Amino acid sequence: MAIAELEVRLLLEAIFDRYHYDFRSYAMASLKRRLAQACDSLHVTTVSGLQERVLHEPESFSQLLQYLTVQVSDMFRDPGFFLALRRQVLPVLATYPSIKVWCAGCSAGEEAYSLAILLHEEGLLDRSIIYATDINAQSLRMASTGVFTLERLRGFTENHRRAGGKCSLSDYYHASQDSKDLVIMDASLRRKITFSDHSLATDNVFSEMHLITCRNVLIYFDHALQTRALRLFSDSLVRGGFLGLGSKESLRFTEASEQFTDFSLPERIYRRKAS
Amino acid sequence: MTRRFDLVVIGGSAGAIEVLGKVLAGLTDRFSPAVAIVIHLPPEGPNVLHEVFATPGSPPMKPAEDKEPINPGTIYFAPPDYHLLVESGRTFALSQDDRLHFSRPAVDVLFESAAEAYGDRLMGVILSGANSDGAQGLRAVADAGGMAVVQALESAEMIAMPAAALEAVPDSIEVNVSALADLLRTHGVLNDR
Ligand SMILES: C[S@@+](CC[C@H](N)C(=O)[O-])C[C@H]1O[C@@H](n2cnc3c(N)ncnc32)[C@H](O)[C@@H]1O
Repeated sequence: MAIAELEVRLLLEAIFDRYHYDFRSYAMASLKRRLAQACDSLHVTTVSGLQERVLHEPESFSQLLQYLTVQVSDMFRDPGFFLALRRQVLPVLATYPSIKVWCAGCSAGEEAYSLAILLHEEGLLDRSIIYATDINAQSLRMASTGVFTLERLRGFTENHRRAGGKCSLSDYYHASQDSKDLVIMDASLRRKITFSDHSLATDNVFSEMHLITCRNVLIYFDHALQTRALRLFSDSLVRGGFLGLGSKESLRFTEASEQFTDFSLPERIYRRKAS
Repeated sequence: MTRRFDLVVIGGSAGAIEVLGKVLAGLTDRFSPAVAIVIHLPPEGPNVLHEVFATPGSPPMKPAEDKEPINPGTIYFAPPDYHLLVESGRTFALSQDDRLHFSRPAVDVLFESAAEAYGDRLMGVILSGANSDGAQGLRAVADAGGMAVVQALESAEMIAMPAAALEAVPDSIEVNVSALADLLRTHGVLNDR
């Protein structure tokens, strides 16, 4: 095994033993690049150096965590996906007396708030509950405050409109008292979302769901971890429940296609088989 | 014996589309290596390069998908706004890591990961382009024993990218457009026995 490869494996083992975050089954090629960036920013020259730092200085682990996970997100990212949810999926969910949605890998809450807005606009939010989970504590903290910069939210206005938004996105937030550049999502949305720590690599089923979205998370996993996550999703979904993936993710190269049927291939929406 | 390759990686930006059009038009389904291509394009653009270049008789062309096994004789394109990487098991991976040289996909990301996975079974080709993305990647290809090829500056519409690549790998093979098509055929087309 090449030395660089060995160093990465040892680091991931050390992180798992010491901090119980399991990155051992992440997609290696991009993880290695992020580790190289982390080395630069933590001023160490090798991944072994990184290991020494995170074992002996726990504060530097939370810094490293920002490199190990990719936090890119937008509200109503890929508007066509949310439009398909609105037009094709929510009418089916509307037949259930209560609706449970799981947004897995929620980052700072962009996707969870988008789902809450969508459910509200279709008259379903009152009887829905959204579980939004991630492993990045910093992002989860931000998400549960519901605070975003005004500039970012303005940038999402067009996405919301293209997702079939029924009013202005600005109806869903108000100015923060702390700063004129910050806004807070409405309490009526925040009340309906539970943000919590849950790892697709190490944690298990926690409730029965009608819709699961896990977007732009599986691309950072290797094949084995993808399989684990997809199993978790099929075990969590009610029969006929929906799974929405990111625009560049699919069940094509996984074995999970046995547990799901295609619902909207262009928007990467699948349904758990009935039996 | 002619040197054989399992994968050819090609990178370019401004001025590369025309060159690619000519080079890919020279390939048939008897071309045996896989080809993976990164062209800098606007992030919101459609995922259609494989349609742009396909001609009757050309090898199969498609956008590269996450976790997709890399098949010989297939031409893959990086989708807009995602980095394209090669994993050690010879499958593709996509990521939305930070831009590199203001670009996603970035040529360096593809080339460096491909060099690790394919070693001396890799050819790297840098075409016309307006920034220095790809230079480090071509260095990695050469260091891993792969063949480094650069579009000759006098034939390039934009020279920044090939010039940076030549500076990083001075002993690269320099080719104009028709020589590049010949080179690919020489190393990639299996002769009838
Ligand atoms: C690129 S973001 C995607 C955000 C959002 N779903 C979207 O599509 O815009 C990926 C998220 O997955 C989270 N993540 C990474 N590994 C995870 C794991 N093992 N379990 C749960 N979430 C994870 C990261 O912390 C990050 O917030």
